[in-house]
Amino acid sequence: MNNMMIIGQYVPGNSLVHRLDPRMKITIIFLFVIFVFFANNVASYSILTVFAIITTAVTRIPFRFILKGLTPVWFLIIFTFILHLIVTKEGTVLFELLGFKLYTGALIQGFAISLRFFLLILITSLLTLTTTPIEITDAIEDMLHPLKKIKFPVHELALMMSISLRFIPTLLQETDKISKAQASRGVDFRTGPIKERLKAVVPLLVPLFVSAFKRAEELAMAMEARGYQGGEGRSKLRQLKIERIDIFVLSLFILVIAGLFLTRNY
Amino acid sequence: MREKFIEFRNVSFRYGDEQPWVLENVSFEIYKDEWVAIIGHNGSGKSTIAKLMNGLLYPQEGEIIINGLPVNDQHVWEVRRQVGMVFQNPDNQFVGTTVQDDVAFGMENRGVPREEMTKRIGEVLKAVRMEDYLLTEPHRLSGGQKQRVAIASVLAINPNVLILDEATAMLDPRGRKEIMQTVADIQAKNEISLITITHDLQEVVQAERVIVMNAGKVWDEATPREIFTKKDELREIGLDVPFIALLADELKHNDVSIINEPLNHGELLEELWTLHSKM
Amino acid sequence: MDITFKDVSYIYQANSPFSHKALEDLSFHIPSGTFVAVIGHTGSGKSTLIQHLNGLLTPTIGEVQIGDYFINADKKPENLKELRSRVGVVFQYPEHQLFDETVAKDIAFGPKNFGVSEQEIESRIEEIIPAVGLDKQLLERSPFDLSGGQMRRVAIAGVLAIKPEVLVLDEPTAGLDPRGQREMMDMFYRLHKERKLTTILVTHSMEDAVRYADHVIIMNKGTKYMEGTPEEVFIQRDALNKVQLDVPEVIQFINSFEERFHIKIPFKRQSVQELAIQIQQVLKGAESSE
Repeated sequence: MNNMMIIGQYVPGNSLVHRLDPRMKITIIFLFVIFVFFANNVASYSILTVFAIITTAVTRIPFRFILKGLTPVWFLIIFTFILHLIVTKEGTVLFELLGFKLYTGALIQGFAISLRFFLLILITSLLTLTTTPIEITDAIEDMLHPLKKIKFPVHELALMMSISLRFIPTLLQETDKISKAQASRGVDFRTGPIKERLKAVVPLLVPLFVSAFKRAEELAMAMEARGYQGGEGRSKLRQLKIERIDIFVLSLFILVIAGLFLTRNY
Repeated sequence: MREKFIEFRNVSFRYGDEQPWVLENVSFEIYKDEWVAIIGHNGSGKSTIAKLMNGLLYPQEGEIIINGLPVNDQHVWEVRRQVGMVFQNPDNQFVGTTVQDDVAFGMENRGVPREEMTKRIGEVLKAVRMEDYLLTEPHRLSGGQKQRVAIASVLAINPNVLILDEATAMLDPRGRKEIMQTVADIQAKNEISLITITHDLQEVVQAERVIVMNAGKVWDEATPREIFTKKDELREIGLDVPFIALLADELKHNDVSIINEPLNHGELLEELWTLHSKM
Repeated sequence: MDITFKDVSYIYQANSPFSHKALEDLSFHIPSGTFVAVIGHTGSGKSTLIQHLNGLLTPTIGEVQIGDYFINADKKPENLKELRSRVGVVFQYPEHQLFDETVAKDIAFGPKNFGVSEQEIESRIEEIIPAVGLDKQLLERSPFDLSGGQMRRVAIAGVLAIKPEVLVLDEPTAGLDPRGQREMMDMFYRLHKERKLTTILVTHSMEDAVRYADHVIIMNKGTKYMEGTPEEVFIQRDALNKVQLDVPEVIQFINSFEERFHIKIPFKRQSVQELAIQIQQVLKGAESSE
């Protein structure tokens, strides 16, 4: 069911990309997302594409796995491509079929936009594929640190995120268990008119909420028993450290961006 | 005379003014390095006792003293450092995203430096035999393993008392055995008082002393051997008696003279053997 | 209804890197009206097994037959709902499935889904409430205001109100105190007899298996490890210990008694009273023979 979708899924590994500091990864991806929009010719697109492909190769996650995992996004990419073929009317007419004229400009632009879209998705999914959710949380906490000065609850936000992450599998199991219990009592979640199916969700949602509240209450008590008093005076086991490799990768990325700006059309 | 560590003085507690009393005039003492089992049917007030012991609840009447400190707002954080607690549901007390994060949680709360934390994590995980699972996520652990991590998390802050509040109730027999083995190891190695709140007769038999709760009151307080002589009374308040104690009792009804109260197979067989060789 | 498993294998997430075989070549036959105990460690395949009994899972290989319903990889019965109305399942911690405003409505939920008439439901509730040891006054209360033990009983009443012919119980006494456990098991046993149910009890308690079951199935790593009457299965201490299961305490004692005295007391599911008399006679016999 969810093995088709890889966005948000972490694939364990020990590649260079896996080991990079998550803050560095987030920064690079953020910049990449911006700079993709500056590419406007074959050379500049090539540079970014090569960068993306090499990065993917370095992760050692099989290309096929990633491409297959992006299935739902492929539809969007192809849709974008076709849309451009129909809408854009620039350049020379390549051929005409049943009154529909295909322009060279449409082909080029459709291809460029689809490629841009693809690169964006690929690079951002590499973040979640190579970074555990908790590392992303740590990175966000660290990067938001300056906001503490304006009383933004950075620690609480990060704790909330990490507890949510920790409980996702637990709640999924619970959902499965309760839906099976209700199915055994004759609830049909799969067939029947929409209205009936919506009604069938109540016996699932109520127990889930009840149990989630109970868990929250018990968890709060367990945290208090273990001395939790908020973010003040806490030390941290998890520490992010910029290593030489991070600096190296960042420099490499700056070169790529420099290449992009040198080759693009003005 | 052993050193007092926990003292309940005429403690009464209820959840609200309109609610019935959960505990009524409860007094007892627990000594340093002692192993005490607290038993009682569901709703007899035994879990409330645990929560009172580390200031998760405060009594309306009476006083609770932990290692000379009264449990109140002023001392509650020190009390919580000294009194570690493991709860019933293995899932709802696992805070960290991995085993090592969970063990670190209590130390982080107390500002323990990072190097010290790493060292302690290694030590306590070894003590509960979970050292190979440092980076494992909770949903890949069995209930017994999660509870062992919970015990390690508590041990990491060097408490003087470890309370297991029905910590084995949701585990299968294998998980139970793991926990009881772990706990016995820890008690043997460290100077720590142990309080197990439980229905499991095997756990009760292992304790030095038993406090039996019924309807919010201390019903009895004695060694397991003494407690299990009161079979019918225990049954009446909804508790069970070990198989061996029952068998010994039946044997007595059949004119087999059992003199000591046996608590395990070895003891009963020994008695029978003595009888047998005398015949 | 008779239950037959024919070479059943079940693979979770087949054809994925996470695939995992939960059942392997499982075959057994349970005649209608039997009380069966299924025993095994967490992860031995017990819960996967019971989910095959009302079509929550379909075998990857092999076939499950329940009464006239056949379930295999190629075809689920068309009237799965009908099957579910005849096989009631009490899951672990069943109180987690409560959701309705009142106890009465929650109990009525199952039968209503299966199309039982209002009137019939009412009479069933009337009958079930005392049977599970609840007070009628609780019927209009919210199930969430009840104690843990009462909630468990309401949830069980909700399954019993379906009037199943097969009752599947997945560790129904987990988390209850000793008296609660005893009362609940006695209640299930009484219902088993009165309604002539086929009962399948998943349990960790060897004691319960000895006390109530006619037939025992021991599961290990997704396969059937042993099967037979409690008398046949539980005397095989070494085989059970090999998969880290204990024999019931009575048998442990009989075994150590034999080792010490070199006198065999056969295991016949005797009560503690009966065992005491046997021991007394053995001792007396030893006396008279000297």
